[in-house]
Amino acid sequence: MIIEAVFSPEFLNATLRATTPILFAALASCIASKSGVINMALEGIMLFTALFGVIFSAAFQSAWLGLLATMAVGGFIGFFLAFFVLRLKTDEILAAIAINLIANGATILILLYVSGDRGISSSIPSLIIPRVTLPIIKDIPFLGQVLSNQNILTYVSLIMVAVVHIFLYRTPLGLKIRAVGENKDAAESVGISSDKIRYISLTLSGVLASMGGFFLSGGYMTKFTIGMSAGRGFIALAAGAMGGNTPIGSFLVSLLFGAAQALSNILQLGAWPHELVQMLPYVTTLIGLGIYSYSRMKKRQRLTGK
Amino acid sequence: MNSSTKLNILRTLLAVFIALLISFGIIFLTSDEPVKAIVQLLTGPLQSQRRFGNVIEAMIPLIFTGVGISIMFAANEINLAGEGAFHLGGLAATYFALNTALPPVISPIATILIAGLCGMIVTGIPALMKIKTESDVLVSSLMMNYLVLYFSTYVLSNILRDPAAGAVVSFAVPSVTQLGTIFNGTRIHVGLFIALAAAAIGYIFLYKTKLGYEIRVTGENREFARYSGINVVKITLVSQLFGGAIFGIGGGVELLGMYNRFTWTSLLGYGWDAIIITTLAKKNPIYVPLAAFFLAYLRTGASIMSRSTDVVTEIVTITQGIIILLVVAEQFLSKYKHKIISKEAKAALVEKEGE
Repeated sequence: MIIEAVFSPEFLNATLRATTPILFAALASCIASKSGVINMALEGIMLFTALFGVIFSAAFQSAWLGLLATMAVGGFIGFFLAFFVLRLKTDEILAAIAINLIANGATILILLYVSGDRGISSSIPSLIIPRVTLPIIKDIPFLGQVLSNQNILTYVSLIMVAVVHIFLYRTPLGLKIRAVGENKDAAESVGISSDKIRYISLTLSGVLASMGGFFLSGGYMTKFTIGMSAGRGFIALAAGAMGGNTPIGSFLVSLLFGAAQALSNILQLGAWPHELVQMLPYVTTLIGLGIYSYSRMKKRQRLTGK
Repeated sequence: MNSSTKLNILRTLLAVFIALLISFGIIFLTSDEPVKAIVQLLTGPLQSQRRFGNVIEAMIPLIFTGVGISIMFAANEINLAGEGAFHLGGLAATYFALNTALPPVISPIATILIAGLCGMIVTGIPALMKIKTESDVLVSSLMMNYLVLYFSTYVLSNILRDPAAGAVVSFAVPSVTQLGTIFNGTRIHVGLFIALAAAAIGYIFLYKTKLGYEIRVTGENREFARYSGINVVKITLVSQLFGGAIFGIGGGVELLGMYNRFTWTSLLGYGWDAIIITTLAKKNPIYVPLAAFFLAYLRTGASIMSRSTDVVTEIVTITQGIIILLVVAEQFLSKYKHKIISKEAKAALVEKEGE
């Protein structure tokens, strides 16, 4: 019965849905990591933008304008992190932890102030990005049921995998980002301002993460609830690291997390120990990260002849 | 006390002050009765013995986590699995206490030691992974926390759950294992002494032993430590295991002293609290109780404030975040620092010329 459920198109459809927010954040993590800064504030950015998404889409009475404004907020938080790390020489991890803490408190405070409720944004008339049925594709057996009838942002996230890949590997700015991340001093010596590149990377990283945050409260769910990022920012960090911080690698690992999430949602309905299923993605990441890092270590040792 | 230490203290105090000011500003903006809220926040914990007791109760687990992370961070390893170590410590303590029948005194001691051992495992795995595969400790330690969370929830709901209780809670820990209260009218328990002892031991370990010195040298400059003949791999592992043990013990003590039943179905956030405490205490365990007291006081004040006014307790997490940002920002007050240093240098020069 479980096997049947896993290979059903409904399950794969749910997997893509659950993957979306993680994927956005994982791509955000890729860009930041490629520039040599770990963006651990993804968690806080997603939480903040999940709330601002609800507020902005209600204020503009347009989900798309709301998304745009939310992306600006995400970019700002990314820039804010960059300012502390680059200008004020703050440790990037501690600065990110501080941002995450502030997000925990501030979202509750703002929610209470705006909606009068301290748990859920029910009283805010927010809008969501709709699901769409894809013409032609929906008629393909099996695949149609998997791919069609997804949220538009899910399609956007899939497109973003290609966009970020092309951006990082086929554009001058992407090259500069990777150069700064590989060797900051070498990049500086050929006239690239590493600070400027990192400002840009972290801001872009914030924008991408904010799309995931917006999706949480305006697509995946229809309202904001406190703490709704629920560790997805950290999972995305892991997905990025295990995927070698490449967009395609991160996408595959994100799918794994999405599948585990969808699986545990199914199992929660039955008598299965869903806690153990929820452990799966974390165990897989630990093992995968170990194997990936080990092979990279061996490769490096071989290259340096040690 | 040299000028750099003085400046450090000044910077920390100023950061706390600015963070509080910003928080007060937010209270003024959002509350209908801001003055009452701020007065409650600042003086609430002093208004009764029970409330002050709450401060000390809240301080106990914070001391453990602050000491644990200080030892782990001293080796300059950003291992965040302390959260999981604390959680598993609580679970292990419950499991062990429910499945053994030891005499009084020995029972709580054995239980707490088991909790410490489990804490070691949680922080040890990411450290070992780093040593064996060079994988990123930050990511693996974050994953460990969720692993521990779901594992604990599984054990709670399938093995330890008391079917007679309404909520998902474990059976009650036998009273011989529970930690007794030491002041009537409060819930302050024996764990306070264990926590203070942990801070003292942590200080002696880091600052008065050879091993502790090696950990700090490794943390300051890994390459230098390696060339000085320090086994940096061993040293890093020792610091992660030691720190994890303190976290685990903290979880065990908190459970035996304050809960008596295992009820934790989400992460409690002690791993993040540890960060602000070690930031304020400058990674020195001896200052940890002071920092823990400050945070516990602020928390208790906030909780009192939220009960009597319209301001929510979460305002304190914002304060916490701002404090971390300002204390850690190296450039904060750096101009002032340069001024002091150049002034001192000039004074020294003048003195020399006068001779």
